[in-house]
Formats: sequence, C-alpha cells, structure tokens
Amino acid sequence: MTLPLFEAGGDPGPNFAALLRSTGLAPPDPDVPAADLAITHATTVVAIRCQQGVVMAGDRRATAGHLISHRTIEKVFPADRHSGVAIAGAAGPAMEMVRLFQLQLEHYEKVEGKGLSLDGKANQLGMMVRNNLPAAMQGFAVVPLFAGYDTTREVGRLFQYDVTGGRYEEREYAVGGSGSLHAGTVIKLGYRPGADADEMIDLAVSALFRTAEEDSATGGPDLVRGIYPVVAVIGADGFERVADADVEARFRDLLASLESQGGDFE
Amino acid sequence: MTMPFYVAPEQLMKDRADFARKGIARGRALTALSISNGILICAENRSNTLRKVSEIYDRIAFAGVGRYNEFDQLRIAGVRHADLKGYTYSRDDVDARSLANQYAQVLGQTFTHEMKPMEVEILVAEVASDPGGDQMFHVLYDGTVNDESGYTVLGGEADSIAEQLGQTYDGEWEVGDAVKASSAALSGQERTLEADDLEVALLVRETGRRAFQRIEGDELAELLN
Repeated sequence: MTLPLFEAGGDPGPNFAALLRSTGLAPPDPDVPAADLAITHATTVVAIRCQQGVVMAGDRRATAGHLISHRTIEKVFPADRHSGVAIAGAAGPAMEMVRLFQLQLEHYEKVEGKGLSLDGKANQLGMMVRNNLPAAMQGFAVVPLFAGYDTTREVGRLFQYDVTGGRYEEREYAVGGSGSLHAGTVIKLGYRPGADADEMIDLAVSALFRTAEEDSATGGPDLVRGIYPVVAVIGADGFERVADADVEARFRDLLASLESQGGDFE
Repeated sequence: MTMPFYVAPEQLMKDRADFARKGIARGRALTALSISNGILICAENRSNTLRKVSEIYDRIAFAGVGRYNEFDQLRIAGVRHADLKGYTYSRDDVDARSLANQYAQVLGQTFTHEMKPMEVEILVAEVASDPGGDQMFHVLYDGTVNDESGYTVLGGEADSIAEQLGQTYDGEWEVGDAVKASSAALSGQERTLEADDLEVALLVRETGRRAFQRIEGDELAELLN
C-alpha cells in the first residue's frame, strides 16, 4: 500500500468515500436481485428524545427469510463521540455503511482538524443511503436512524431516512425496521416531552418487548442465554451504552409487573 | 544548441541538501519526548489554526517542521494511508514504522527526482502500552529515517535544543515536567515562551481507542507555571 498522493485537481478532500473510489477500493453495486438469495435482515430499532439527549435501542435478532440467522447481532453503534447510528435492513450492506460512516466522520475530523456539525453528519449519512439506492432496488435496502447530541444547540436531535436518502428530522421519536409499527405505537403512547433518560430507557425496553410479541423478526430478551437489546444514551458526555445488567434488571421489572397484572402472562 | 553545464553528482546532492536545510532552519523547532504518561510533542507555533502536530490514527501522531504546505500535504497523505489501511485490513494493522517508510520513500524520491526537494522534517510517533515500546521515527528531507528513543528534536537549531533537553531528560517525567523542559529548551537563554507561543499534544498511554489529545489554553498555561 503506497502513500496516496493526488494532484491538486483530483484531490478527494476530506471525503473518505471519494478516497475509496479514487483508489479503487469502493465495493461495486450488486447486480443480482436479492430475491434469489436468502440475505440477512436486521430488524427493529428505536430512538427517543429525552431531557439529557437521545436514547437509542435495538433488538438483537437477524433473520434470513423465515429463519433466525443470528441471535446476538448489534444494530446500535456509536458514530463518533456525540452521535450514534442504528440500522435496519439488509445486514451486510448496513454494517458496511455504519463502518464507512464511522470512518468518514473520523477521517473528516482528522483531515480538516475540526469535526462535522450534527447537520453535516446527518447529511453525510443521507448521501450514503442515497448512494445505496441502486442496491436497494435489488433488495439490499438499508434504512438507518441517526441521533446525536448537538453540542452547539445543547439538545439531542434525531433523524430518520427513507431508502432514497430522504432525511427527516423528528422531534419526539423515530423507529425503523420490521417492528416499527408496533414499537412506534408503544412509544407514542408512553412518550412524555422532557422526560429523563431513565424513563425513556424503560419506554424503549417496553416497546421492544411488546414488538417482539407481535413481530416474528424482532427478538425479545433472551433470559436463558443472557442476550438483551442494545440500549445507549447520547448526551452532553457523549455516547454511552447502558450496561447489559441494567437492561436485564429493567426487563425483569417489566416481566414482574406484567405477571402481577396477570394479563399477558397467565 | 546549448550544452548544459556539467555538475558533479556530489555537488548536485550537496546543493539540494543545503537548500532544504536552509529552508528548515528558518522555521521554529519542536520536541518530542517519551514520558511516563505517553509521548509529549511540543512545538513553537504562534498560530492556533495552522497546526504542526496532528493526529494520524488511534495511537499515531504526526509532527512537521519547515514549509507548512509541504508537510501538511504529507500529513493528509498519512491520514489517508492509515485510514485506508485500517479499512482494508484492521485497525491493529496500522503502524508507525510502515508509515514512516512510506514517507521516506516519497521524500527520497522528491529529493532526487524533482526540481526542488521538500523543505521539511517530519516525525511519526506511536505510543505503546509500556514506555519501552514507544516508537518515534524522524524522517529527514532526503528520506533518511532515524529511529529515535527517549527524546528527539526537529527543526532549526535542533542540536543545541537537544543538548539542553538531554541534560535533564528523564523517561519517568510527568506531563508538567516535560512541558516545562521542552518550553525552556525551545526558548533558549534569552527569551521565555508563553502558552500562546506553544502547540502541545500528548499521545496518552492509558486511554481508549484514540490516544491523541491536545493540551491548550488554561490547561497549558497551568502546566507552564
């Protein structure tokens, strides 16, 4: 691997994706429809605004057709210090998109000596989703959620995307993936503007639990193997993942309260 | 038809080297020291925006003296090289030695083949989990690579600054000791350097993924006092 030096006219600037293209390392678009392959899909993710910033959560299941292909996949990642990205859709391209997005933010920061603004990051991700459109047409759609703490405005903000790269900022919460209908309903009923992170973590946990009951592609808490959804809080101190033990305790509380009501669990 | 004058290769190389050395000697110097907390790089630089010391990768830093546009171009190429390598293989496969060799190749090639050699000296430093493993590669304008241990000085009057630093240098130093000693060595006898005149960065030994941290403003002023 030689040192990548460019003429002034062909310099890719701080854009890592352009650098990959100019060095021939960018992956080609798929030209085989995904229907012919059983590709892995990552499912439900949620993001909720709270007083401290944003809570993000995602279940751990990946499916291929009607089969469960992975029990422990992670769908919520730090994008950089003050932002996170959660993915739903074709797992392979989605993971690659997250990896590239993380690298792109860090690369920009190092080359320019200053990080992108939160809007700039959201736009970058939108462009990556849009560039994925040819692949999405073949069945490899990737639909991320992006959330972060805006250090200039000092608030949490969240963004939703569609397959064409359309970027929509949400004020309260955003959901993505196969279970988004159910998760969205639970969050809509439990959301309270200005609630603190603790309460919204419980809401996210409850939304994923309820969704797992209705959507076969969403995994619930696995108490036998100790596998729980990934939950993270993004605030002024940056992206912090909630410890598995804490998430487990919240699920056990939820189950206990459901059992005491007798309803679903008779 | 005019015949070009014959110039002996020895003379040609000497002229080029003198030209590069003169350019570098005009610039301000910088020091790099391996200490207990990591690798401390301290440069005399009055600008807060045109940096001499920067992050390349998780545990690798870059520092340059001489012509700003030339070493900044090398810095960006280094960031690109490291990020591409980490993307293609893994983050663990990015190392200072291979990067220093790449720099040496480019500088050597430019020195012998281009109209004008680059008027820069650069440092590629990589911090390890124990002080013995720290790596500092000092690459000269003609592509010569020196593997330094302990401390090194780049730029104008490097020898006298290194001599002064060497009298007191101790690998067990904390950040404060190293900043004070570097500042004193860079300033020489006649003057003193304030926090505004210095650009200081530390590759932190015990840290998460990204080790590079700048020390500036009040924090730096406090360390100097």
